Amino acid sequence: MEKEEKKRNILESIWKSLASVKLAIFILMILALSSIIGTIVEQQAEPARNISLLAKFFGDSFAPTVYNIFVKLGFMDMYRSWWFVSFLVLFSINLVVCSIERLPKTWKIIKKPLKPMAQSGIKSLPVKKEIKLQANLSDVKDVFHTALKESRYNVFEAAEEGSIQLYTQRGGFARLGAYIVHISILLIFIGAIVGVRYGFKAHVNIPEGGTTSVAYDNNRKSIPLGFSVKCNWYDTTYYPDIDTPQEFSSELVVYDQGKEVMKKVIEVNSPLTYKGITFYQSSYGKIPDAVGHFVLDVSSPSGQEKTLWLRHGESFVIPGTEVKGRIVDFSTALTRDRHSNQLITYSDSMVNPAVAIEFEEPGREKYTGWILKRYPETGNLMNGNKVIFKDYWGVEYTGLQVAKDPGVGIVYLGCLIMAVGLYISFFISHKKIWVYITQEGSKGKGPISVTVGGSTTKNRITFEQEIDKIIAKTSQAMEGRSKK
Amino acid sequence: MSSANLFDLSAGFYFAALITYVIYLVTRNKKTGVAATTLTIVGFVSQTIAFALRWIHGYSYWLSANPTSGLIEALLRSAPLRNLYESLIFFVWCLIVFHLVIEFKYKIRSLGAFVTPLAAAALLFIDVAGTTTEIQPLIPALQSNWLLFHVFLSFIGYAAFGVAFGAASAYLVMVTESKTEKTYIFWSIIVGIFIIVLVGMGIDFVSLSSSERSQFLQNHFLKSTLRSDSGGVAVVSWIVSIVFIGAIWQFGFGLKKVLENLSITPRVLDEIQYKSIAIGFPLFTLGGLIMGAIWANSAWGKYWTWDPKETWSLITWFVYALYLHARFVGGWRGKRVAVLAVVGFIAVIFTYLGVNLVLSGLHSYGAS
Ligand code: HEM
Repeated sequence: MEKEEKKRNILESIWKSLASVKLAIFILMILALSSIIGTIVEQQAEPARNISLLAKFFGDSFAPTVYNIFVKLGFMDMYRSWWFVSFLVLFSINLVVCSIERLPKTWKIIKKPLKPMAQSGIKSLPVKKEIKLQANLSDVKDVFHTALKESRYNVFEAAEEGSIQLYTQRGGFARLGAYIVHISILLIFIGAIVGVRYGFKAHVNIPEGGTTSVAYDNNRKSIPLGFSVKCNWYDTTYYPDIDTPQEFSSELVVYDQGKEVMKKVIEVNSPLTYKGITFYQSSYGKIPDAVGHFVLDVSSPSGQEKTLWLRHGESFVIPGTEVKGRIVDFSTALTRDRHSNQLITYSDSMVNPAVAIEFEEPGREKYTGWILKRYPETGNLMNGNKVIFKDYWGVEYTGLQVAKDPGVGIVYLGCLIMAVGLYISFFISHKKIWVYITQEGSKGKGPISVTVGGSTTKNRITFEQEIDKIIAKTSQAMEGRSKK
Repeated sequence: MSSANLFDLSAGFYFAALITYVIYLVTRNKKTGVAATTLTIVGFVSQTIAFALRWIHGYSYWLSANPTSGLIEALLRSAPLRNLYESLIFFVWCLIVFHLVIEFKYKIRSLGAFVTPLAAAALLFIDVAGTTTEIQPLIPALQSNWLLFHVFLSFIGYAAFGVAFGAASAYLVMVTESKTEKTYIFWSIIVGIFIIVLVGMGIDFVSLSSSERSQFLQNHFLKSTLRSDSGGVAVVSWIVSIVFIGAIWQFGFGLKKVLENLSITPRVLDEIQYKSIAIGFPLFTLGGLIMGAIWANSAWGKYWTWDPKETWSLITWFVYALYLHARFVGGWRGKRVAVLAVVGFIAVIFTYLGVNLVLSGLHSYGAS
């Protein structure tokens, strides 16, 4: 019998500590402090990087030892370590238990009907105002009633001998704000778990013109997509006259069971999603030793136009003319050297691609001109002929981040609920107002004395202003009445 | 006049306002107080004009690079919140807005002496950190409305936290009974470190060549004093710093008398501190954490990666959540919560600057 009781007591005290805000404060401190470690020690990095970091603090000889201790403590992948995750779990339990403990009481406060209050009680409220009016009791009451109604209060009345009381409350649900925020935190956790459990994060590089039906995760394990994705082209555009990239983009085509089902030009911040799998533009690069095609748009004033795909050394004719061209050189990044005034290639990556074309036409000497992709006006030839360098195709790949995260919807829902909950917690308050109206002196003679009192859970200054406004409104209305 | 010149002009007014507020604190001459407010307002107006000019410049630049862009898109993409320089300017602007609101709503002028130093410090930081003042085109990852709202709301939140910090530090001095109190020592150290870091950066700035200044934050932070390669300089700097903190501890107590002579009460400071956090916390949650996560997800497919910048904003968030719970349900009052408000703002500064100064991460964004 006694044993049972002891057991119950222990369980009860565990429950009580799990429900306590002290524990919450403690956990928040631990989470804040321990998170710092993970921002100093580089997470999931090569051992050498962190050893050299630790050497700065502990010296070269101790660094490897300290490193090994840190590995044991899980610091190298801290946010997934058993103890950090345990704290998050404890945090969630604390949140749930605490809310279960408190919600019924809060609910009672919200549901409790408001009661009239003695005048002395009203006078001891945090916010109180007194005014005197020359009018009759029921007029004053009507005016206050209307003013409160206009401020969206639902007014109740209680009448006594020689006095009337109006009382009202608003915003009781604001007391639920905190619980809404707490629930949203749990929702975000659930969404995160769903994402880790049923989703994946992967990467894949697709060369221009290439197709893939798999992506690769962090451990280079291939993950089948269930459909295939082709990269038609990859392109970097730049801001005018500087080498700051303006946009990275790729045209992707999705084939499901051999059929084209989707086509989109993706950019950073504008991914493609198919069957829950999303492809993000994340990197790009040159394919080693690739030989590509020069894509040229050639046209003449006669209106004839053609898009040509040519290899290095190949020739073409501008349609409607006798002008012949031959591709003789290519530069990934052409510029004129400031000192030597020579044309040089200043970068290996395709920052400012340019193609050199040797032109030939009857009755004129051969000449060679550079045409730059970023400056289409360099392709304006004599007699209105044009050669536009569209792309050097087939030499770059697009780097795609591939992610499936079925939990993200839940996380976003949690975020939305959190925003609502925070708004309710901080910007809406539970306000109560009592208005005690009584006639001073003997029957129907003396002035009317009005005592207005109120309490609020938040934003007291705004509440005081609101009450002042209501009083001002009623005084005005009374004046209006007395003039009539 | 270019926007950068106008910003300098407004900085000049803010510094003048700061000095006038301090004189007002000491003399309690009403006219001086009015002058301080006037200087602040003039500075604020010129800063607002500068902000608008910069926006207009950015707008025409964006349109020249993107002729097909619509009006709304061009306006959003050219909002002057693109780099460290612009975001700090915006921070100062928000800080001054809050300060003016408090001055007119609570009718207390003397808080200005605690808020304008923060604005002045941020402006000084902009100057000595040698951040680029040029209008920079947006790299692809930054071309996102989510990012824009993220930066915009975060900085309003940071400014609110800054006001709470000002009120909390004034509070801590006011309620101090003796110099040996832990909270007073804490206050002296924090204020001391603030000033030392700023002065140290000033010295760095003066001793660097202009080409080195552009990489100042990454390579030269406090290198000419506390982190000097020459052992002697470093030791002397440390000694001077410690003596300086001692001096603040010794003489800071005088501030208490000054505040007591004014109409300020600890109760009002406490209320301003809470109010500011009650505004800052939801804004920071929505702007700093939620919109930041949405942006990251739309750019990289990961809403949370635990990179140092994200983690530090989470730490900041934990500290302020701690503040709210300690205050409302934990029964903490007075000095203890004021200390939390100070710690919270230190976390804010570290989130914004420390991560770029000391740690590096995915968000190389703030470092330019
Ligand atoms: C970082 C996580 C948390 C956030 C963002 C959060 C948010 C909030 C907010 C916004 C409020 C309203 C505060 C106010 O009215 O000024 C609140 C109240 C409260 N929180 Fe939390 N909370 C968190 C964690 C926790 C935890 C772990 C507990 C567990 C004990 C807890 C217990 C409470 C309690 C008891 C209240 C008062 C509720 C009431 O007014 O009835 N919170 N919380």
